[in-house]
Amino acid sequence: MNLFQIALALVFMAGIPIFLVLYLLVAEKLAAGRAKKRKRKSLLPWLWLAPAFVLILVFLIYPLINTTVLSFMNKDSTRFVGLENYRFVFTNDSMLTALRNNLLWVVFFTLVTATVGLVLAVLMDRVRYESVAKAIIFLPACISFVAAGVIWRFMYTYQPKGAAQIGTVNAILTAIFPNFQPQAWLFNPIFNNWALIVVGIWIWTGFALVIFSASLKGIPPELLEAARIDGAGEIKIFFKIILPLMSQTIIVVVTYFIINVLKIFDIIYVMTNGNLDTEVIANRMYKEMFTFRNFGHAGAIAIFLLLAVIPVMVMNVKRFRRERSG
Amino acid sequence: MIRAPRPNTPLYGKPSIARRIVRALLHTPLHVIIVFICLLWLLPSLGLFISSFRPRNLVHQTGWWTVFYTPFQFTLQNYIHVIERSNMGRSFINSLLIAVPATVIPIFVGAVAAYIFSWVKFRGKDLLFIIVVAMLVVPLQMTLIPVLHLFNILHLTGTFLGIWLAHSAYGLPFAIYLLRNFIDDLPKSMFESAQLDGAGHLQIFLRLVLPTSVPALASLAIFQFMWVWNDLLVALIYLGGTPDVAPMTVTISHLITSVGSGVEYLMAAAFISMLLPMIIFFTLQKYFVRGILSGSIKG
Repeated sequence: MNLFQIALALVFMAGIPIFLVLYLLVAEKLAAGRAKKRKRKSLLPWLWLAPAFVLILVFLIYPLINTTVLSFMNKDSTRFVGLENYRFVFTNDSMLTALRNNLLWVVFFTLVTATVGLVLAVLMDRVRYESVAKAIIFLPACISFVAAGVIWRFMYTYQPKGAAQIGTVNAILTAIFPNFQPQAWLFNPIFNNWALIVVGIWIWTGFALVIFSASLKGIPPELLEAARIDGAGEIKIFFKIILPLMSQTIIVVVTYFIINVLKIFDIIYVMTNGNLDTEVIANRMYKEMFTFRNFGHAGAIAIFLLLAVIPVMVMNVKRFRRERSG
Repeated sequence: MIRAPRPNTPLYGKPSIARRIVRALLHTPLHVIIVFICLLWLLPSLGLFISSFRPRNLVHQTGWWTVFYTPFQFTLQNYIHVIERSNMGRSFINSLLIAVPATVIPIFVGAVAAYIFSWVKFRGKDLLFIIVVAMLVVPLQMTLIPVLHLFNILHLTGTFLGIWLAHSAYGLPFAIYLLRNFIDDLPKSMFESAQLDGAGHLQIFLRLVLPTSVPALASLAIFQFMWVWNDLLVALIYLGGTPDVAPMTVTISHLITSVGSGVEYLMAAAFISMLLPMIIFFTLQKYFVRGILSGSIKG
């Protein structure tokens, strides 16, 4: 049926590297011809950087400016409305719910994932089957959020009390506590946000574990051995030696989680679609864009997300500057 | 003769058998905790895997764990159904057609830029690089409306070309950042002797830089490939709902929301989408973990 389309895509795929090398070749020849006339300034760096910068300009820098402008315009971007859209972001009921949920995600998801990852890294460091154990915890991190959503929708499946529970969570709980009332985890507004956060923790803990584990291996073993000979307990060693030495890594991981969890979208989209008070900022934006076609609101929400990560951006640039001078 | 004790060996020599037994006993809680947590983490995936091979009526009546004490009625019906009837076969091909170019383009273009940033002097270099570093954390959501407008004007919505370019651009800042750090550390003498031999930039780039950067390129390739393969949002927005071009993530999310598609089909579909990432993870774990380690600054 669409074999032609597939063939075209394959030709394109093979053609891309050839095309790019040809471009580099032509650019080099062009720059060389010009360099003869004016010795000093070469065009080459600019020509070679051009593909990268055209992409960055079109897909990142121009949208940045355009979205900022749209966020001050009305629904279909025909009239300037000032800060009206931002007022919406901070006062609308469903927006406030989304902000609250995102805050829950940022605080609890980050706290639990980083802590569990760190503790597991320290514990697993002491056993011989470390690599297998790490691989098991890491596995969820390489599948898509969509697949994880399918897995956990099934985990949380609910049957009324008395019926055979086919959802793993309810089955385990009813088996352990005979009086337990099976719950519809994704529908009950008391639990549903927590149920979603658990999915996030399941996915991301392996990620934290791998990074912390690598950082832990960087601590000289003599240091820990010396502390043990001096009679320090394992818990004291953890808090007084390991934790301070790993503080840099912990900060990196925590900021990484915060940035990503602010933008969290897929898990909620496939599991509850933001219904029953589970909406987060990114899902709200998607709805404003496609359901309500309100580009002013959507733009303001996007800018809010950007403002939230600007401190991290500044940190990155500062770190780069320091590395340069240092 | 006094020998210095080797590091990591206890000063008091080989532990006695009694001491070893005591130590093993003391370690029991540790093993119990680790094994318990590993089982806990495996449970959800295991449930999916087993259920995807069970017939429809059983999936809805009994828990997946019953296969361990009742006869396992194994069936491939769920897989056949989603591949033939739910567009999963086509979606698998689409996911590949999207992810491969969306990995090759940013890595090649990024490597060229990284080479220029590392080894060619020109004015404004630092400023340009700072722009790249700042773009690392820009939320994707920020770019959706303007790019979609642009794609609508250029008729790129719902095309592979559009999504290749978008994913390439989103992956570029990280690719440039990572590769510049790597290429910057290559020995200076290598470049100087090549230049003395009269090699041009293109020759140096293709013959020296690319081959020596293979470890970094591999980590980056795996990272970007997984990212694109697992992406839902970008595909959902730029490809629209067209089944002809939908990757697996989009198809599965449609299956979830469409009425009447059973949970057993969803599980088969989800497992098909997990297959390739899991193979990559188990075969290329070393590069993958390295990518994660250097990737923890990506936004």
